[in-house]
Amino acid sequence: MSSEPNRANIKKSYYDVIVIGGGPAGLAAAIEADKNGASVLLVEREQRLGGILKQCIHDGFGLVRFKEKLSGPEYAERFTDMLKDTDVEITVLTFVTAAHRTSSGFDITLVSRDGVCTVSSKSLILATGCRERTAKQVFIHGTRPSGIFTAGTAQNFTNILGQLPCKKCVILGSGDIGLIMARRLTLEGAEVIGVYEAKPTPSGLTRNIHQCLHDFGIPLYLSKTVTRVFGSDRLTAVEISSVDKNMTPIPGTEEKIECDGLILSVGLIPENELAEDLGVEIDPKTKGPLCDENLMTSVPGIFSCGNALHVNDLVDYVSESGETAGKAAALYSQKNYAYAAVNANSDISYVVPEKITLDGMDKDVIFYFRSREIMNACTLTVKAGDKELLKKKYAFLRPPEMERLKIRFSADDLKDIGEIEFLLEGEKV
Amino acid sequence: MIELTCIECPNGCAMTVDNSENEIKVTGNRCKRGVSFAVSELTNPMRTICSTVKTAFDFCPVLPVRVSGEIPKDKIFEVMAVINKTTVKNKVRRGDIIIPDVLNLGVDIIATSDILST
Repeated sequence: MSSEPNRANIKKSYYDVIVIGGGPAGLAAAIEADKNGASVLLVEREQRLGGILKQCIHDGFGLVRFKEKLSGPEYAERFTDMLKDTDVEITVLTFVTAAHRTSSGFDITLVSRDGVCTVSSKSLILATGCRERTAKQVFIHGTRPSGIFTAGTAQNFTNILGQLPCKKCVILGSGDIGLIMARRLTLEGAEVIGVYEAKPTPSGLTRNIHQCLHDFGIPLYLSKTVTRVFGSDRLTAVEISSVDKNMTPIPGTEEKIECDGLILSVGLIPENELAEDLGVEIDPKTKGPLCDENLMTSVPGIFSCGNALHVNDLVDYVSESGETAGKAAALYSQKNYAYAAVNANSDISYVVPEKITLDGMDKDVIFYFRSREIMNACTLTVKAGDKELLKKKYAFLRPPEMERLKIRFSADDLKDIGEIEFLLEGEKV
Repeated sequence: MIELTCIECPNGCAMTVDNSENEIKVTGNRCKRGVSFAVSELTNPMRTICSTVKTAFDFCPVLPVRVSGEIPKDKIFEVMAVINKTTVKNKVRRGDIIIPDVLNLGVDIIATSDILST
């Protein structure tokens, strides 16, 4: 091995834009940055582009964007095909080990099979996706047998490696990947005893509960959780308990269920280790970077998109945020503007973006938000100062289903205002 | 009266279907696809399925596939049995037919990735 890094894939020492992460957000961001005239380097740690979509072989992707029901690989490959017609340079099997701010931008240290090298850029797009919450993070105690997987790991075994991870399993958590895996494992001949959710309402999309559980007669138990696991080499059983309103297990409700697999679908957390190293401010509500309407973070020149920004339920919106970040990163110039904060009342769990640039321009801004609880017959009012920008009625809002809004701002709307307010009112279920 | 969740799109409309008289009446749907879904669900429920087939290649043990169109819900496991008996031996492309006219249902099993060919 030579000590000089082989720069076969990385031809230059400077790029206008470096995109970290080659999943749906990063792919869309790289294509859009290229379209807007930037030189772009796309960095991917795995061998193939596409991110988690590579293993999401089920259909339903792209209904918003392509008006088709595509599988995950098909959706991702539409973008990797588009990437072939761009000048984006791609380096796979490459990990970012360090990122630093410089006077003119950023220095990124990369490690690949070719060695270590440092490349510089004007702007940086963090498209690092999210990570699954693990068994230890939900305090599952007991022995440490094999057979306990996150839903994503079980999905990787089944759909990429072609190995069935278990024969008879319990699924903890009603997140979408857990529901999808309940169906997938059933199709492949495994027995899914039930899906257990600690919360009183399901976390996944209603249509997934219907088509993944009801269709296959898989029961969904609410307000129940796994309190213990049994087995030494391999999982032999789990203990299920009912929980109270505070999600605390109720003594005396324990039941032991024999199984060789426990699959966890207990939440996703935006991955922002690199962002935090760079001093990016994180919104505690989304657990992603606090961003303006161009998806620029608190650090000028650093942009965030996709599930690193906030966990999405539709990939179509992940791609859309990638495009927003990609365009803005390409056009980024170091100008300083004031901001108006976007604030929401307590019935809204979060709004992205969290602030709007007061740059004196007419513009369309895309907002994403979720309600905190299930609400019926509700009204959303959006105000800039005293002016009402939008009033919209919803028959119902559910926290698992993210809402998207496009609001037109005139230059006048954004003059001398301290905040933009999102107010949600309606009946809670 | 039957309660149904539409699975046509991520909205997942909660629909009420009244089939007490000769006509099927649907409420709660936000678009017309809800009506056709409800009618199909009550008469001949259809689904799409996605799975993987074995390949002859070490670098990619399984290839993702799906049906090219909807199949009757009660044929899901029969179609799965056919898929699980199949091995792909060529470097097929995305969209290529892996199993033509599966079980004479009028739909094909197609590859959903270029992984073998790129």
